[in-house]
Amino acid sequence: MKRTGIFSMLLISLIVSLAGCGRTETKKADVVIWHWMTDRKKAFNELAKRYQAESGRQVEFKLFAPSEIYSQKVRAATQAGTLPDIYGILGEKKDFAIFVKAGHVLNLNTEMSDNIHEWRNKFFSKALIVNEFEPNNEFGAPAGIYGVPIDVTNIQMLYNKDLFKKAGLDPESPPQTFSEFITAGKKLKKAGTQGLVSGWAETWMIDCLASNFAFNIMGEKKVMRTYAGEVPYTDPDWIRVFSLFKEMADSGVLASGIVSMNNKDAEQNFANGRAAFAFNGSWCVNVYKGMNPDLNYAAMFVPRVSDEYPMLIWGGAGSSFMVNARSENKEKAVEFLKWLTDEKQQAYLAQDTNNLPANKYSLTNISPLLSQFAQTMENTTHPNIWPRHEKSVVIEAFDIGIQSIILGTKTPEEVAREVQEVKEREMAK
Amino acid sequence: MRLKRSTAENYLFILPAVIIFAIFYIYPFYATFNLGLRAWDGVSPVSQLVGLRNFKEVLFQDRLWWPSMWHATYITLIALTLQNALALALALACDRQIKLGNFYRLIFFIPPVLSEVVVGLVWKWIYNGDYGLLNYWLTNIGLGHLARSWLSNPQTALTCVAVIHSWKGFGWGFIILLAGLQTIPRQLYEAARVDGANSWQRFWHVTIPLMVPVFVLVSILTILGSMQAFVLILTMTGGSPALGCSVPVTRILGSMRASLRFGYACAQGIIFGLILLALSFMQIRISKKMKQA
Repeated sequence: MKRTGIFSMLLISLIVSLAGCGRTETKKADVVIWHWMTDRKKAFNELAKRYQAESGRQVEFKLFAPSEIYSQKVRAATQAGTLPDIYGILGEKKDFAIFVKAGHVLNLNTEMSDNIHEWRNKFFSKALIVNEFEPNNEFGAPAGIYGVPIDVTNIQMLYNKDLFKKAGLDPESPPQTFSEFITAGKKLKKAGTQGLVSGWAETWMIDCLASNFAFNIMGEKKVMRTYAGEVPYTDPDWIRVFSLFKEMADSGVLASGIVSMNNKDAEQNFANGRAAFAFNGSWCVNVYKGMNPDLNYAAMFVPRVSDEYPMLIWGGAGSSFMVNARSENKEKAVEFLKWLTDEKQQAYLAQDTNNLPANKYSLTNISPLLSQFAQTMENTTHPNIWPRHEKSVVIEAFDIGIQSIILGTKTPEEVAREVQEVKEREMAK
Repeated sequence: MRLKRSTAENYLFILPAVIIFAIFYIYPFYATFNLGLRAWDGVSPVSQLVGLRNFKEVLFQDRLWWPSMWHATYITLIALTLQNALALALALACDRQIKLGNFYRLIFFIPPVLSEVVVGLVWKWIYNGDYGLLNYWLTNIGLGHLARSWLSNPQTALTCVAVIHSWKGFGWGFIILLAGLQTIPRQLYEAARVDGANSWQRFWHVTIPLMVPVFVLVSILTILGSMQAFVLILTMTGGSPALGCSVPVTRILGSMRASLRFGYACAQGIIFGLILLALSFMQIRISKKMKQA
């Protein structure tokens, strides 16, 4: 009897424990939003307060950081069926398409088109296009607009004016061509200053600069033909792209340790005046302000290598919000996003967080530095809007190959051959 | 009838443990293996059955998998030798009646209890090529020519990580070895001394044979811990330079996060798990043979 009693207690505790594994999240707010943007936490909470005061609806922003953890949480939530009303998807367009095809994202085409495209027309076109799937797209996602951009961004170079002066360079005339950039790097090195810092341990930033150069050297069509498998990576133009990294490494314009530097370290180095150049996105304005408010710097366009094709930099929507298509509150969620992307709220976000607003009518009162970034929005491109995409395994071989060139362990020709081998193997699958 | 009832009761008593084991061990293993046979992106409601294709690709086509296995093996070899030799030397020292013995035990156990992320960040700063302490010290003692970007140099990065991994891990080996040493009856040493054995002979003929089971335990724990090390690597190098510090776990993470190949990542996980299992079995067999000899 005693043993049966003990057993019953064990069984009950087991059942109670297992019951604890179920869903526990209770929603109290009218709209729940998940995001990863630590720098915007305060501003979002302030906007939620203002929205409640205006509409009487309660919006709750839930922050999950860092972004890798956030991404995992969102993926897990798709399987558990616990996605919030509004969330963001981090990753490439193919990742976005997976969510769309799985029915986790609301198609906003109708809302965007209402009243003669009233909502749609508020945004920078390049910000919206990132969130759009054209008919018959390569991902097989149904056509439509699936995201609402809340800011725009682009990635270019920054330079430290004080370090320029110290090295005898003109702080008002940064290098415009690649050869000028190399020459400036040599002068800076001579003056005992590190050159370019960037988060090249996170290989996507290498990929970003390499594709800037590739677009400039061979044009978009040839780059896309390479992705389609029609042009090999052993083509002289691609070897030229790889060689630029060797040239940068050999000239000493790259800061030591750049290949094992994450972007946070790179930002600290630049903000603390330990490096003269940085390759970073427009979000850096806010980051540098936090790290060193007295930093004397300016933005410069990525130095062009050739005059044959335009230099295009990566840019477009910075952060976007998606509405959960299965949410019971999707109408309320859309209403909130319309309010959030109105001029007034966008201007507040831009001023408070030093990010470029997605609403093109909210550009007044932004800082001169942000204006510099805003002026180059027309020269931006982004993998998410390209008609073709390289396979991730090939991108990895490409980026790691460039790291090897910088380290001096492989030549541009060797890397080109290796990347092409990976490409051919992937094409054969 | 009474026997049957007793047997049924016994089964009932182990039922909770069996249920927990099945839910938290057997089912996840089955689910992982099942996913390894599929192509799945982690979000889509459906996955495509691809059979053993993922396993074949990991074993024969993934050009980055085996280098990452070698990196993990290298870290393990350093840990097995450097880390365990240090742990044994310190355990032997503390096993004797030395002054401040308890204080040393406490000090030696500090690295293992520190957060791996904190340790990684501190050592990343020490190893920094521009303003790191290591280069500063080297320059101050006249060895400036040895200063370099330790974690950005493919020739030094992996060794630097392996050394820190050993430094962080030796405390566990130290505690286990010390506990093992203290179970050896002191009379055996007295008898050996009476028979004229010197310190080395006592160590070789008394300590070593009686410590074999402990060495096996420490070695298995070291191998399993070192082969799966990745927090330090992520913090210190992120797998860089040029994947020179990538290990199987970072590759598995990469397959999941960067390539969105959850099925492939599961196949990598299963293969890695089987390799570790095989290593552990081999080690147990070797130790049994050693004990018999």
